[in-house]
Amino acid sequence: MSESSDPESLGPNVRQTAAEMATGDRTDTLLQTEELVKTFGGFTATDSVDFAVDEGELRCLIGPNGAGKSTLLKLITGTLKPTDGKVYYDGHDITDLEPNERVDRGISMKFQVPSVYGDLTVRENARLPIQQFADGDRRRRLVQESIDAAGLSGYEDVEASTLSHGQQQQLEISMAASLEPDLLLLDEPVAGLSVDEREKIADRVTSLNEEEGIAFIVIEHDTDFVGKIADKVTVLDEGDVFREGSIEEIESDPAVKRIYLGEEGDDETGADR
Amino acid sequence: MAAESSSADGPTSQSPIARLRNRLEGPNTIGNSRQFWAGLALAVVALIAFPILGGGTGNQFSLFLVLGLLGLSLSLVWGYAGILSFGQTVFFGVGAYTFGIVSINFPTPGGITGAVLAGTLAGAVMAALLGYFMFYGGVRDVYVTIITLVSTLVVLTFMAQTAGSEWTIGEAPLGGFNGMPGMPLLNLGVEGIFTFQFVFNDLELFLPLVGPFVVDPFYYLSLGLLLVAYLGLRVLVNTDFGRVLVAIREDEDRTQMFGYDVKRTKLVAFTLGGGLAGLSGVLYAARNVYIDPSVFELYFATLPVVWISVGGRKSLLGAVAATIAVEYLRLNIGGEMALVAVGALLLVSILVLPGGVVPWINDRGLPWLKDESIPWIKAKMGRVPESEATES
Repeated sequence: MSESSDPESLGPNVRQTAAEMATGDRTDTLLQTEELVKTFGGFTATDSVDFAVDEGELRCLIGPNGAGKSTLLKLITGTLKPTDGKVYYDGHDITDLEPNERVDRGISMKFQVPSVYGDLTVRENARLPIQQFADGDRRRRLVQESIDAAGLSGYEDVEASTLSHGQQQQLEISMAASLEPDLLLLDEPVAGLSVDEREKIADRVTSLNEEEGIAFIVIEHDTDFVGKIADKVTVLDEGDVFREGSIEEIESDPAVKRIYLGEEGDDETGADR
Repeated sequence: MAAESSSADGPTSQSPIARLRNRLEGPNTIGNSRQFWAGLALAVVALIAFPILGGGTGNQFSLFLVLGLLGLSLSLVWGYAGILSFGQTVFFGVGAYTFGIVSINFPTPGGITGAVLAGTLAGAVMAALLGYFMFYGGVRDVYVTIITLVSTLVVLTFMAQTAGSEWTIGEAPLGGFNGMPGMPLLNLGVEGIFTFQFVFNDLELFLPLVGPFVVDPFYYLSLGLLLVAYLGLRVLVNTDFGRVLVAIREDEDRTQMFGYDVKRTKLVAFTLGGGLAGLSGVLYAARNVYIDPSVFELYFATLPVVWISVGGRKSLLGAVAATIAVEYLRLNIGGEMALVAVGALLLVSILVLPGGVVPWINDRGLPWLKDESIPWIKAKMGRVPESEATES
């Protein structure tokens, strides 16, 4: 977002350097949480979480319902304020920043339930994030690119509420990505989608990550999907990091199977807190 | 950011009329067709001709037009920004009282003109103060409604006890429940250059074919201001800013995650609404040359919500039309029965037409309200229909 005022920052190409970083050594930490605690009354949703994501990394976050995944995401976006602990982004303490200020720094999010604006047309939806930093022809082009990337050309003037669930997910990913973030958080992007639609979302996420160098944190229950996209997987349980590693390591870990795959692995519809 | 119109990524326009229409039209307003503008022009002409053609001086009707501004203020705040406020009458009353206080202390045309501006500003400042503490204090949704509702009662209680002589500001006694008498007549302008008295100044005019007739200049003042406010708000809600308001109404958290400062945007909308309500209050006090605390009562506070619910909260046109219609009905029924009628109207509209009357008519496709609803209109207008894309 920092380049947003620069008329030369024209979408995909601006991430060139970040993309190079993604393929090289991942030594630069983009996001770090430090002993992050969030309690609701007497209930501890996240318990002293230390969690870090590197620049250009594609991280998946799994764990049983109630493990604190959505809470952690909301603490990162600033929608929730932590009871204790810190959030660092790009080397700066952002714990006290409002969500929109974090967006300005380069954090963007797609919510769990597709929350496109039903009353607005596809074009107006796509325009909303873009109108902040682009005018005239450039705005028109970015909006169209955003719609095309969601596979919604021809649907520009359709009210978003009439789109299918999968189309709404795609539109919302487009909207979140059009802010040209460095870190994009996706909360269950393929919940309730068909196999075919899951493929499309997986391709989309992978290409955004590889071509534009956007780092991702993706919450997802579907381990096939996770296996397809993730660089690294973090398992949360009872509000804290339980395991971290590659999908193979995680899938073969008996303790993970016990707390997650074995007991609640089939439940992909439950809402997180 | 808010400067650009909805034409930003529509087809580039050429003629000044097309440019004007691009600013006035958009998905956030009802009536985006030539037929609509022709109909509106006809309605305005009819309203202008109304006193001339024997409908009286327009004096009584001017009250409905003044209240139309109050209706518009709630349409902006509730219909577009999604803030259900019972406090519009607070800003209305504060505007009215401020006008009274300033004009009594400075009863010259310049002073009275200043009082109009001061009253409008006072409504905006009051809204900004209340809004600041609510929105930046993290108050949302129904709690905003409760706080605004309580605020009218607090102001009512306060104003009711201002009967004593210690509650005199300069020359202006607040007067408690007795209200504030002694305001000067609405004489606007600058001394020595141009002044004009808008109230109690019926003009006897003559037109060939029609003959002599009498008009109340205040009627035309309020009609003009209402029209300007309506068109101005149409432009506003079709800008980038207007789209952000609608986005906030639809989903506040989502909009914040697109990088928008939701609190500030809501505060701006609330303040604008307060200013508009303040202006409405100024005109109300100027028309009656009197104001009392009854404008802070619960009954009056709920009326704007009734107007907007009946007319359609997401429609500025609905706000104006329903305000005039409901107030006309209410004053003609009168007394306790008016309360029953207004309550019944609210219930029926919520149960049968929850979106309001005007959007319902629009959805049914009255040709002059809705673009391209009839093929020959589409062809004649030669515009690319906006909804041609395939439904999913």
